[in-house]
Amino acid sequence: MLEAKMGQPIRRKEDQRFLTGKGQYVDDLKRPNQTYAYILRSQVAHARITGIDISAAEQMPGVVAIFLGKDVEADKIGTLPCGWLVTGKTGPMVEPPHPMLVTDTIRHVGDSILMVVADTKDQAKAAAQACVVDYDMLPVVASIAAARAEGAPNVWEQAPGNLCYDWEIGDRAATDAGFAKAHKIVTIEITNNRLVPNAMEPRAAIGEYDSGTGDYTLWTTSQNPHLIRLLMAAFTLHVPEHKLRVVAPDVGGGFGSKIFHYAEEVLVTWAAQKVGRPVKWTCERFESFVTDAHGRDHVSTGRVALSKEGDFLAMDFDTHANMGAYLQLFAPSVATYLYAPLLGGVYKTPAIHVNVKAYFTHTTPVDAYRGAGRPEATYLLERLVEKAAREMNMDSIEIRRRNMITTDMFPYQTPLAFQYDTGNFQATLDMALEAIDYKGFEARRKEALGRGKLRGLGFSTYVEACGIAPSAVAGSLGARAGLFEQATVRVNPTGSVTLFTGTHSHGQGHETTFAQIVADQFGIPMENIEHSHGDTAKTAFGMGSYGSRSLPVGGSAIIKATAKVIEKGKKIAAHMLEADVADIEFKDGNFTVKGTDKAKAFGEIAFAAYVPHNYPLLTLEPGLEEQAYYDPLNFTFPGGTHIVEVEIDPETGVVKVVDVAVADDVGTIVNPMIVDGQIQGGLAQGIGQALLEEAAYDEDGQLLTASFMNYTMPRAGDFPFFKVGNHATPCTHNPLGVKGVGECGAIGVPPAVINSVLDALWSLGVRDMSMPASPQKVWRAIQEAKAKGTSADAE
Amino acid sequence: MTSITLRVNGKQVTASVEPRLLLVELLRENLHLTGTHVGCDTSQCGACTVFVDGASMKSCTMLAVEADGREVTTIEGIAAKDGTLHPMQAAFKECHGLQCGFCTPGMVISSIDLLKRKKDPSEHEIREWLEGNICRCTGYHGIVKAVQHCAKNGGAGAVGDATKKESTNA
Ligand code: FES
Ligand code: FES
Repeated sequence: MLEAKMGQPIRRKEDQRFLTGKGQYVDDLKRPNQTYAYILRSQVAHARITGIDISAAEQMPGVVAIFLGKDVEADKIGTLPCGWLVTGKTGPMVEPPHPMLVTDTIRHVGDSILMVVADTKDQAKAAAQACVVDYDMLPVVASIAAARAEGAPNVWEQAPGNLCYDWEIGDRAATDAGFAKAHKIVTIEITNNRLVPNAMEPRAAIGEYDSGTGDYTLWTTSQNPHLIRLLMAAFTLHVPEHKLRVVAPDVGGGFGSKIFHYAEEVLVTWAAQKVGRPVKWTCERFESFVTDAHGRDHVSTGRVALSKEGDFLAMDFDTHANMGAYLQLFAPSVATYLYAPLLGGVYKTPAIHVNVKAYFTHTTPVDAYRGAGRPEATYLLERLVEKAAREMNMDSIEIRRRNMITTDMFPYQTPLAFQYDTGNFQATLDMALEAIDYKGFEARRKEALGRGKLRGLGFSTYVEACGIAPSAVAGSLGARAGLFEQATVRVNPTGSVTLFTGTHSHGQGHETTFAQIVADQFGIPMENIEHSHGDTAKTAFGMGSYGSRSLPVGGSAIIKATAKVIEKGKKIAAHMLEADVADIEFKDGNFTVKGTDKAKAFGEIAFAAYVPHNYPLLTLEPGLEEQAYYDPLNFTFPGGTHIVEVEIDPETGVVKVVDVAVADDVGTIVNPMIVDGQIQGGLAQGIGQALLEEAAYDEDGQLLTASFMNYTMPRAGDFPFFKVGNHATPCTHNPLGVKGVGECGAIGVPPAVINSVLDALWSLGVRDMSMPASPQKVWRAIQEAKAKGTSADAE
Repeated sequence: MTSITLRVNGKQVTASVEPRLLLVELLRENLHLTGTHVGCDTSQCGACTVFVDGASMKSCTMLAVEADGREVTTIEGIAAKDGTLHPMQAAFKECHGLQCGFCTPGMVISSIDLLKRKKDPSEHEIREWLEGNICRCTGYHGIVKAVQHCAKNGGAGAVGDATKKESTNA
């Protein structure tokens, strides 16, 4: 009997190729006779193009073709679609066109103007730089504040006041009633800083056209190749799906930024047919800073109404979200449905109301980035709760415990549409407190003070929603696609298995995790299972990997498909063993006649299915391959507690993260090593947001942080080892009991960092801190507090 | 065009290159050694790290002509010829020091170099040493663990078995 693989920290199958340099990322691929594309990007944020002169560039060596926006239009190539229609209080959102190459108006730094195709990369770039673009500068709105200002110029004529939508959720009257009863109202104003996802592999795409068959192939750095093919077929390239193959081979990280359908995918595929040669494009890092969709960028106000005892009576939130210059694929949903319903958090607040206004600005579009809406919600809520504790003179932990949803309340209907199926928030809080040695903190604070350093401890709890999504629910909320997942289990004649999934792994370790699941289902060794993903020519369909959906949704499809295989196997075994199907059981890789030792091994059944000499051919088809689609019944709701301990040097303002302890409930765990790795990576991005990272624009719409020289990426020296704990309450509505783990690290930790910084500085009188809490900001806050002479005692 | 001769992963290579060609381009484009990655254009990320004469080096900061007459080892030359992983590669696998794998070649090479210089570095020294290598996936947790694991289990040792003399023309 084989040892069960579920729950084991099995080392990854995919590591071998990555460790030996044998990974195949898009930029590693070379197609015969390929050309290279270079796209000229705008260096200004808002301008009207008055002329483009390509005559000199056309004569340059190696140039094959130069394409302008009008060429794209002439071929009836569509504009980039938005995948989610948000309907606000006054009607549907404003949905401006998002062209592949602009024809008249530039709307952000990085907007694409033209594409040169040449024999070499250098030739393409040199020619692009020789193109002369004349334009008239136009006034710029580069921030939410600028977009909202009286008399601000409009990014889009059809969006007066730059408003994309004005949307609300929750019961206004009940919320007002809660506030009317309040003993105290606590208010907080918060900015959630804009981030650049910065997967280490820059985006890349290769288009190829076969004039013999009329078939197109696109290799692209995507988290969801089938979705890209669907969008290209239906909206952009207008080549039907059976003539278009999209391949996402090894992909070097995504974090959301590689979900979206980007213009380059269309341009290289279209141009490949035009020039009769493959066209390859690889993004330079500067380009990825200004063209990969950014994340976050909210300005919000939150209020909580408290009873005398510290119960949350009601909350309301008012958020302004920056969409950038165009609506990226999922952007409208990220600031609404993926955000607002999570503002209930782990608390039983009876009435909550949220209003969200989304604005256009002359900046790079914003969309889903690790957590997508949930980090924004968690940050706002947990900063508010912390502030409430301080103003109520309550203990930070006590106020949270007092208001937490208790285990007996599940399934719990929140006032913001979601129904949490399971959870145990108290357990994660206890676990994290234990791991950080909460009891020893005051002694550590004292010890640090002796060295002239300020220690702080900060808390955060969270609930997030994963496993997007029940298609019917998503559809009723404006999603323009289904959100099921597909898996095909092909049992080969000798009993090995090839698994085809519509999800895509770009670091998550699916090849291992999914093999563990299949190994246990069939009782076969891991080595006998191969996972194929990322190629529309191999996998039938799938919506891809994002929103921590691969295991809750994709894994459920795998379970369904394996169950079908077993069901068919039983019929074959019943025939071969001359028994009744009802008497066949499948266990540990054997089909056995109940209560006897008559058995057929999994491999024997597979062989019989393909060599059907002794087979029920009249009632059963040969072959052993099953496909399943799974559409989830609900979202899944991971949750937990994150605690961060920092030490601040008041002389320099440098914040050092000395300890991080988290306890997450991600449901059943298939591979604890991979789960911990996902959480650790998320924590690094969350701490990066809190302390280091910011996409900063100046008033002219120039991105000031457009390279690794000035956008502070977290380095190894910025972190301690993370203490990662898990407390699983299995999800009740999917077969594996899993909830998803890709994003929770980035969701829970930012407010814990800032609450910790404020805890450290509280005694000096510092009362607010924005992300990123850079040394300069922290130092200034200390100096200002000192100058004011405030202190905790004075309040 | 300039003619250069160097050894790459134990093989002699002669190539005719533009003076402006970067070492990383020579490796990736001319020699098809695509394990060496390009993650930035400002010499910050370390995805392109290779050994040049035994010291780790960002191959995007060096011209191919500067590598003339030198010995270059890329990630493809780190494991033994029989495929046995180098102890640092094995440690990265053991400690989950990689997710998407994009930073991994540079991380592995940089980490081997550290242990060559210092047998038993502290956690702090490991973290400081890796300052020039960015990973967006792992939070560095598994990477630092991997270096510690490798140091504890006999150290980094030699890379590959780059003794055989073969020659190819690029
Ligand atoms: S490619 Fe980033 S440092 Fe060389
Ligand atoms: S493993 Fe993905 S960047 Fe390090």
